[in-house]
Amino acid sequence: MRKIDYAKVDWQDETLWLVRGKRDRLAKAIPEWEALRDAASRLKLYSNSHLPELLEQFEAKATAAGAVVHWAKDAREYREIIGGLLTGHGVKRFVKSKSMLSEECGLVPYLESLGIEAIETDLGERIIQLMGTSPSHIVLPAIHVKREEVGRLFEKEMGTEPGNADPTYLTHAARRNLREKFLTADAGMTGANFAVASTGEVVVCTNEGNADMGTSIPKLQIAAFGIDKIVPDRESLGVFTRLLARTATGQPVTTYTTMYSAPREGSEFHIVIVDNGRSRILADREHFRLLNCLRCGGCMNTCPVYRRIGGYAYSYFIPGPVGINLGVMADAKRYRDNLSACSLCASCSSLCPAKVDLADQIYKARQHTHASAKKALMSKGMGLVMARPWTLEAALCAGQAGMKALKACGVKWGKGRELPDIASRKSYKKLRDDK
Amino acid sequence: MKVALFVPCYVRAVSPQVAEACLKLLRHLGVDAEIPDSQTCCGQPMANAGYEADTAALKRRFEKIFESYDTIVGPSSSCVTFVRDHYGDAFKGRIWEICEYLHDVVKPTALPGRFPHKVSLHNSCHGVRMMGLSSPSEQNIPYYNKLRDLLSLIDGIEVVESERPDECCGFGGLFSVEESAISVKMGQDRVQRHLATGAEYITAADSSCLMHQAGIIAAEKLPIKTLHITEILACGL
Repeated sequence: MRKIDYAKVDWQDETLWLVRGKRDRLAKAIPEWEALRDAASRLKLYSNSHLPELLEQFEAKATAAGAVVHWAKDAREYREIIGGLLTGHGVKRFVKSKSMLSEECGLVPYLESLGIEAIETDLGERIIQLMGTSPSHIVLPAIHVKREEVGRLFEKEMGTEPGNADPTYLTHAARRNLREKFLTADAGMTGANFAVASTGEVVVCTNEGNADMGTSIPKLQIAAFGIDKIVPDRESLGVFTRLLARTATGQPVTTYTTMYSAPREGSEFHIVIVDNGRSRILADREHFRLLNCLRCGGCMNTCPVYRRIGGYAYSYFIPGPVGINLGVMADAKRYRDNLSACSLCASCSSLCPAKVDLADQIYKARQHTHASAKKALMSKGMGLVMARPWTLEAALCAGQAGMKALKACGVKWGKGRELPDIASRKSYKKLRDDK
Repeated sequence: MKVALFVPCYVRAVSPQVAEACLKLLRHLGVDAEIPDSQTCCGQPMANAGYEADTAALKRRFEKIFESYDTIVGPSSSCVTFVRDHYGDAFKGRIWEICEYLHDVVKPTALPGRFPHKVSLHNSCHGVRMMGLSSPSEQNIPYYNKLRDLLSLIDGIEVVESERPDECCGFGGLFSVEESAISVKMGQDRVQRHLATGAEYITAADSSCLMHQAGIIAAEKLPIKTLHITEILACGL
């Protein structure tokens, strides 16, 4: 059973619901919103079922523009390609923008083991990095951190005024601190929100301009993304950029939408395309729609369970509805415990901009990843009771007295909730016989 | 042609008056309804917990009990959707949740009775998002609500919807046991939002959500009650 942090639960729930509310207002201001979701879903299904041709088209276009394309089949290859590029170029300081793929593949700890200073430049990610923890949300990585905590952290790390927790003040402090890193970094890296096959462009959506700073100064630029980020062309890209920021943060569009193709003059641009289990997801009958995911985090903001427990209550590094399913695909045995963190309300499926069948997938995954002996026993027991009408009647008869006795002893249905009363047999029998 | 009333296990166990209200309603509206013998459970609680395989015998029982009926109506959007979506094609187009059946098939234009109270609608997850009893808050589609339409036939009633009108109450079957701390917290939040409307009653098409919320109301001794929607619709019968 997961616990609730009662000191933070309402604040966290309200904060995330605010994001959901902003998303709702924007989604409802666009008459064709549902048609956009349909289009996004179909485009993703198309792209993911035409990966070989789209990826090769992307490679050809990107190469023609002067980029170098690398292919990584798993996390190790991804780390080694990037590590090799950085050591080969004598990189000592490396700045990167936000990338869940880098979390997935353990990039930063690997680079640190090579003696490279790897700096997160997204403000939320930077806070998390300085705290020495991991993101609790894929778009809002430090959403669980209160500004007072950030104030204390920055006081220690950047020498800000003691007790000053003003968000603007702290942001300016972080900006000054990062500016020096940007100016002195030997290489910069981004992930990608999308990769356009017909043009060979890597598309990065950010709000802080940190990705642009990090890729505008150093002589070496790297962009890495999963094979599922491919979209056919710019027209289809338009469908996704209309959905992404609206769903993710309730903004019409991110402040910066940058499309990278050719390297800057005098510098190199390397692109790393990663599988790391995505082909396996594509081959899975129940989970293949996971590759539709835009990583917008909308399913987290709407999930009534996530909003109350936060990202750290899940064992996989991506939390919430999509993380429950991605975890099962990554290692079912290791991450199946997350499957219980869902009431099957299906708000995630109803909101997802690319129509990933998140709740259905959780239902299906539960059928073959049994984690709890207690639950198995309850299910078997219920099956026996329900097998015959007389066993049900007997159980209810016992339950009527039993429930009263339990309640008299102060037994509850979880702390804060009373057990129901069981109705008498007579009333129901009379009703049934009354034909 | 007889119509069968599907009485889910927890309706039988904790709120048989809901089955009675359904029978009264259907019969008043000229539907020849009866409760077939030997009903137990459709298997949804086990299946949602990951044990759909354990429900094969219940499915066979269910098919046999209802095989002679062309139309089956049940007071639970959750159980009805489960049968509809997981029992194969045999039940598609044959099984209805009662509000859906009344609203889409029987289409009553009047109901007797007066219920001079403020009622907060609990739009239950499976009713909204799997059955389409009302427009889901996540989607940009025109507002509709079949429960509200039916309740509007009752004289004197004031129907309201709370803030976050279709957020999950946290029941979720075995979820309520396995993750009881989260379940209770979700329930407390949901009940508080219903209370904030000033309503005297919470009503829904699912007794399970109501049973869970009633447990919270009882524990906190809150000034609000739960009633299944059919109990209100049948108040004058």
